[in-house]
Amino acid sequence: MPVSLGGVDTLRLSAEEASALLERGELAPGELFASYRAAIEERDPELHAFVTRVEEPVGEGVPIAFKDIISTRGIRTTAGSRMLENYVPVFDATVAARCRALGMPVLGKTNTDEFAMGSSTENSAYGPTRNPWDLTRVPGGSGGGSAAAVAAGLAPWALGSDTGGSVKLPSAFCGNVGLRPTYGTVSRYGIIAFASSLDQVGPVTRNVRDNALLYRIISGLDADDSTTVEVPAVELPTADELRGVRIGVPRQLNEVAGIEAGVRDAVRAAIELAGRLGAEIDSCELPLSVDYGLACYYLIAPAEASANLARYDGVRYGLRSGGADFEEMIMRTRRDGFGDEVKRRIMLGTYALSAGYYDAFYGSAQKVRTVIKREHDALFERFDVLVSPTCATTAFPLGAKAQDPLAMYLTDVLTIPSNMAGLPGLSMPCGLADGLPVGLQLVGRQFSENTLFRIAHALEQALGFDPVPERLR
Amino acid sequence: MEITRDEVLRVARLARLELDDAEVTRFQEQLSAILDAVSKVSELDLSSLPATSHPLEIGNAWAEDEIRPSLSLEEAFANAPDRDGDYFRTPPA
Repeated sequence: MPVSLGGVDTLRLSAEEASALLERGELAPGELFASYRAAIEERDPELHAFVTRVEEPVGEGVPIAFKDIISTRGIRTTAGSRMLENYVPVFDATVAARCRALGMPVLGKTNTDEFAMGSSTENSAYGPTRNPWDLTRVPGGSGGGSAAAVAAGLAPWALGSDTGGSVKLPSAFCGNVGLRPTYGTVSRYGIIAFASSLDQVGPVTRNVRDNALLYRIISGLDADDSTTVEVPAVELPTADELRGVRIGVPRQLNEVAGIEAGVRDAVRAAIELAGRLGAEIDSCELPLSVDYGLACYYLIAPAEASANLARYDGVRYGLRSGGADFEEMIMRTRRDGFGDEVKRRIMLGTYALSAGYYDAFYGSAQKVRTVIKREHDALFERFDVLVSPTCATTAFPLGAKAQDPLAMYLTDVLTIPSNMAGLPGLSMPCGLADGLPVGLQLVGRQFSENTLFRIAHALEQALGFDPVPERLR
Repeated sequence: MEITRDEVLRVARLARLELDDAEVTRFQEQLSAILDAVSKVSELDLSSLPATSHPLEIGNAWAEDEIRPSLSLEEAFANAPDRDGDYFRTPPA
């Protein structure tokens, strides 16, 4: 049952509505922030969406929460790791600076799998986050904290980061709209690096228009990240029909092994609805991308991670463990500071890059990446968007995959292929299966975010999905 | 694809990770299973294909050589585990 917290119902208020209330002077900025603070006090003890909370608002805009992988000047940034337990950045990530420049107060830093490595948020050194729809289940990962916070009304919107699916998957499990933008459209400056050719920051919101609004704020060329590019002007979607839109339904994504009946049915119903809204729908094939995507990802991402995480050496910042000499100090710092999954990926990446194995593993994976990119490019000659489930299942119980790394990796089998190709992907809720949200993944051409927003908005209007978790209504 | 205990130790050494015996055993088993799965990439004939190292085809990014303020020494040392004047202090090499 809804609880009245402060002045507004934070479960229902969209960021766009909040902004309008502030603009018209119908709501004081302090009152808005206090409402979210009260919601956090009330519900975060059972969810653990936040690693660090901010008590006092800075700025008079719509508040926001940041995944704890985004550097925030003066606010502790842990990356979900013991390694950075006491790390307080002395500069803002570009995305944080852009939000703060608009006066958006930070509510806090949200929980994440350590260094964004994971699919359930169980790999956080600070304990797992729980799914607001069912507290016995995971919120997805790695950005489970941002997704849970938005779904439970602890923040109107939040930022996540997506390497293999860390925005899309938690958004699917928590019933949010999550965008992984085209690589290069959002600055990575100040984002704690995992895999640099894949990492991308994206918005997590309760509806499609809020997502477009937040993407508009964070995207665009940044002199501090030389991989950013000029981005087409972001249009706020208004569409309620899909005439002329060509939708491809890749068979291998939609019939992936292990897909749950409830997920398949909800996605099929959404695709049929798209047809009734005027879209042309046809099935298509992505055989190699799905078959080889996961293997490709789990070579390239750990290889890049092993290089990126070499910086944690106990010298300039972060944890330092004692040691008789320099070498022993580093080895012990990394032993004590990193958790199991991070060590596993560093080892895997180091192995794949080591002499004698480089060509067979990393070299082959980079060529497979070309295969995946070309397979997608060919489909975008016929289609505007490719649709599938975001994940083959709904949120799974805590602990279900914690002892089996490969089973956990398989969670991302549907989000990884388009990520390898550098394509934008949006996950939106399309229904419930056994009381849990089902995510619909829309993948577009590079820089086609406006198209994704338009299609997602029309579907959202027609689906009428209620994003408030049933147990909180 | 079975990797040996010695290989686990060699990789841990390259990655500067101190592992205890239980971790060596666990990682040997888990990394063998993961490497088995990812070895799939060598099934395809890739000989005629270029590598993709980056999702966008962008060239070099040039910037004017301008002097801009950088972090102060105090900021740069703010998170340092140990410091000796204007230097980071570490155990002896």
